[in-house]
Amino acid sequence: MLAHLPILQVIVPLIGAPVCVLLSRARLVWLFALIVSGLSFIVSALLLQQVLMSGTVIYELGGWDAPWGIEYRIDKLNGFLLLIISAMSTLVLFAAQTSINKEIPAEKHTHFYILYLLSLTGMLGVVVTGDAFNVFVFLEISSLSSYALIALGKDRRALWAAYQYLILGTIGATFILIGIGLMYQMTGTLNMADLAARLPEVAQTKTVFTAFAFVITGICLKLALFPLHLWLPNAYTYAPSIVTAFLAATATKVAFYLLIRFTYSVFGGSFSFTTLPLQFLFMTLGLLGIFVGSIAAIYQTNVKQIFAYSSIAQIGYMVIGFSISSVTGLTAALLHIFNHALMKGALFLALGAVMYRIGSVQINQFQGLGQQMPLTMAAILVAGLSLIGMPLTVGFVSKWYLLSALIEKGWWPVALLILIGSLLTLVYVWKIVEIAYFKPSLSTNSTVIEAPLAFLIPIWLLVIANIYFGVDTRLSVEVAHAASESLLQAQGQVRP
Amino acid sequence: MWMLEIPPFVPFFISALIALVTRGFLRAVIMIIIPVISMLHLWMVPEGIHLQFSFLSFELLPYRVDKLSLMFGYIFHIAAFIAIIYSLHVRDTSQQVAAMMYAGSGLGAVFAGDLITLFVFWELLAFTSVFLILARRTQRAYAAAMRYLIIQVLSGVLLLIGAVFYLADNATLEFAYLGLDGIAGWLIFIAFGIKCAFPLAHNWLTDAYPEATVTGTVFLSAFTTKVAVYALARGYPGTELLVYIGAVMTCFPIFFAVIENDLRRVLAYSLINQLGFMVVGIGIGTALAINGAVSHAFNDVIFKGLLFMSMGAVLHMTGRINGSDLGGLYKSMPKTTVLCIVGAASISAFPLFNGFVSKSMVMSAALENGYDWIWLILLFASAGVFHHAGIKIPYFAFFSHDSGIRASDPSNNMILAMLIAAGLCIAIGIYPAALYSLLPYDTGYNPYDATHVLAQTQLLFFSALAFVWLNLRGMYPPERPSTNLDFDWVYRRLFPTILRSIFTAIWKMDKKLRQRVINKIESNFVFMSKKYSQLTDLLSRGYPLGSMVLWLVIVLSCYVFLSVIY
Repeated sequence: MLAHLPILQVIVPLIGAPVCVLLSRARLVWLFALIVSGLSFIVSALLLQQVLMSGTVIYELGGWDAPWGIEYRIDKLNGFLLLIISAMSTLVLFAAQTSINKEIPAEKHTHFYILYLLSLTGMLGVVVTGDAFNVFVFLEISSLSSYALIALGKDRRALWAAYQYLILGTIGATFILIGIGLMYQMTGTLNMADLAARLPEVAQTKTVFTAFAFVITGICLKLALFPLHLWLPNAYTYAPSIVTAFLAATATKVAFYLLIRFTYSVFGGSFSFTTLPLQFLFMTLGLLGIFVGSIAAIYQTNVKQIFAYSSIAQIGYMVIGFSISSVTGLTAALLHIFNHALMKGALFLALGAVMYRIGSVQINQFQGLGQQMPLTMAAILVAGLSLIGMPLTVGFVSKWYLLSALIEKGWWPVALLILIGSLLTLVYVWKIVEIAYFKPSLSTNSTVIEAPLAFLIPIWLLVIANIYFGVDTRLSVEVAHAASESLLQAQGQVRP
Repeated sequence: MWMLEIPPFVPFFISALIALVTRGFLRAVIMIIIPVISMLHLWMVPEGIHLQFSFLSFELLPYRVDKLSLMFGYIFHIAAFIAIIYSLHVRDTSQQVAAMMYAGSGLGAVFAGDLITLFVFWELLAFTSVFLILARRTQRAYAAAMRYLIIQVLSGVLLLIGAVFYLADNATLEFAYLGLDGIAGWLIFIAFGIKCAFPLAHNWLTDAYPEATVTGTVFLSAFTTKVAVYALARGYPGTELLVYIGAVMTCFPIFFAVIENDLRRVLAYSLINQLGFMVVGIGIGTALAINGAVSHAFNDVIFKGLLFMSMGAVLHMTGRINGSDLGGLYKSMPKTTVLCIVGAASISAFPLFNGFVSKSMVMSAALENGYDWIWLILLFASAGVFHHAGIKIPYFAFFSHDSGIRASDPSNNMILAMLIAAGLCIAIGIYPAALYSLLPYDTGYNPYDATHVLAQTQLLFFSALAFVWLNLRGMYPPERPSTNLDFDWVYRRLFPTILRSIFTAIWKMDKKLRQRVINKIESNFVFMSKKYSQLTDLLSRGYPLGSMVLWLVIVLSCYVFLSVIY
């Protein structure tokens, strides 16, 4: 059983999805999906433990040897990611039934869970697989299901947002496919490890350069890196709350994983950082992302949109950590994946709770909610502080590592800009806090009471995690550090 | 032996803990017994490093025993024992606890084998002793305590910075000879100097000690400055600069002491004067001189303690301490008078009292090493000591004109404590070999030869004569209630005045500047609000799909282009 964990990771939600159709009642489906997601979480926890104890786990699908058959390969990096994704999925799913009762028509509930599990399958598959083409397949599974998930939103603009995301996402995926195709043309292999071994022979060809450019562009789009972020705000804003929470906590993380996997493992750090001026490019784009995202967030009136733009800024932080290409920098980026999942999961779930009670997340509707929904607002406050980077929250830990990585390299101006970026975060978080706590409540919302437990439990689990991992950083930092160390070690010297 | 590994500060900290939770007779018994046990324990401890552990990447030696630290360990135990007896009547728990913590910190500091441990106890000394001053519970005491604390903490911070520099230079934190080369040496030197009341850095002492409680001052006079003397003797023996600093320290307080009215402040000045002798000894740095400095520290703790105790008794019984208010107390406080005179004789270095056997060592060392001028200064200072501490203190408190105050001798515990101290003064004076056997070096010194005894007696008689003559002619500065300006005027009056005027100017400028900036910002806001709608629109409007794809193409072509040309 333990030997088959890697395939179980994907197969459990994949089988779970069609089974949902057989279960007729929505509550039953919800329970089933929750169990399936919980099982995935257990599987990924076991997998990570196995990886940490005995190193990389390699699983050959159907017993076919690696370069021919599909291989699942789990090292510390994707083990870490699998845990984040399955954990967030389970936590979000906990609140799902309550939330979609108000946001999605009853007859579509079963569809929602099927799509949700498929999307989860796709993300887990992208992360778990060691085969480049398989990445594309799973990416499409997760993308197609998430387009549909977004389109379930009750706002009519959801359809439009999903359509935009569909077009752009498809182009992005196609770019990745083109890149993989070009690599296949040059090396005759699709296995990532094999690609990594064979690519250096043909590294100095225009085909490989082009392949690299296509792959990176495709990933940047999925990652919503500035200036390819334009699909994200609308998609996050108009999707059902649960979908937003799920995607915000997982989808961009998967794209970021692909970025690391392709640059460090497939193309190799030295190739990636010499072929393109990645350091400079990503540093600039990351910084621009931070500022554009944060400033845009300040001007929004829809709180979901505020945090959607904030996600773009947070992706900027991750990309900057990545662009430093030192162990500390990569550790910071990986930590921020984990931490951002915790913060945004809590925030979007809390917004889901507000949506459940009020039916809107326009900022003026938040007036007086500090008294009416104290626990939900306190969660937003704590997660918001974490987003800013207050000490004793996770946000501080990853920013701290990011800053020390920058100072290690002597990039003071960037460090300074990041600090200014944090101040911008303060502005939009404070805007919400001020309205929620210091304004009298609206007369239309006078009957609003605290969110149901189905929301509060996952929200506060995440909030506590925000604080716990901000104080006891052993688990997160150790895994992130070990993962980034092995990535850089495998690549030998990276261009300074 | 497991006992070995208990550093001597531990019993005192335990005692502090017990003092916190017990009351009355039980507390008294425990507080007396613990120093005795600790002393016996210390007596058995052989030299060497008894405790060692790693912290971060540093080797810490919190318990290192050698002859120098043992000497201070003994005297601190004696001082603590006497002071505890003296303060048995005190019901104020915070004072008792603070006193025990303070004595423990002093012991911790002298047995510290590395600079970090030293720093910890250095700061603990400051933070625990400040409660002894605060316990007076007057506004003056509060202000003095805060000034005291600031200066003491500053000294600790300098020590820490110095230690960091020292670590960088020498890759070790061991507290051994430091020397004045390099920034580390100077920083630590200044840190020690502040605690040792070097000239211009001495005001915390004369400011705070007279403001402490009756019993608090007895504790204070024993530990803080002696720890500093120990630290100097360990880190800077033979540093010539110290000879001159010490010489200045012996002289200048005399003048302040003569005109000062508060008799405990007179003693505080005289404390600096005595410290001067020790500092000179350390500066000369020969075996004899170090012996002299260390034994003088030993004796000073006893006789200065005795004097502070007798003045404390006067303050305690009469509620007054100014020379102008007192006088004629010998009739009603005869025991205190006698004991005070013993202390006065000791500090004046009468033969057969303990001051004589140690002070003469420093003076001999000065002569032997060619510091003739210094010797003369010390001689002058000795006469001065006799004047202000030997004669002025007992004369104005107990004799002089009859102030009409009728008090009685203090409670038995206070008398007993003074009696023990006086007994030690005389015992060591008569049988100095006991003290000499404890000293770090064996020099075979004998204070009782004809020249020493004669010279000292002559000196004392002539200064006594001078006092009598001046007093009869009415030329001796009379005791007047007055405030005497010392160097602390500079930072308590001059600096604040200057700063106040500077800040007034700055605030004026600041106000103008801010007005201008605010105007600018306002006009900018008007401008921004016009642009506002355009900006948000640019950043966050729903872009048509075509432009998104356009971006995608731009990025891709950039990447391809760059990867080909880069």
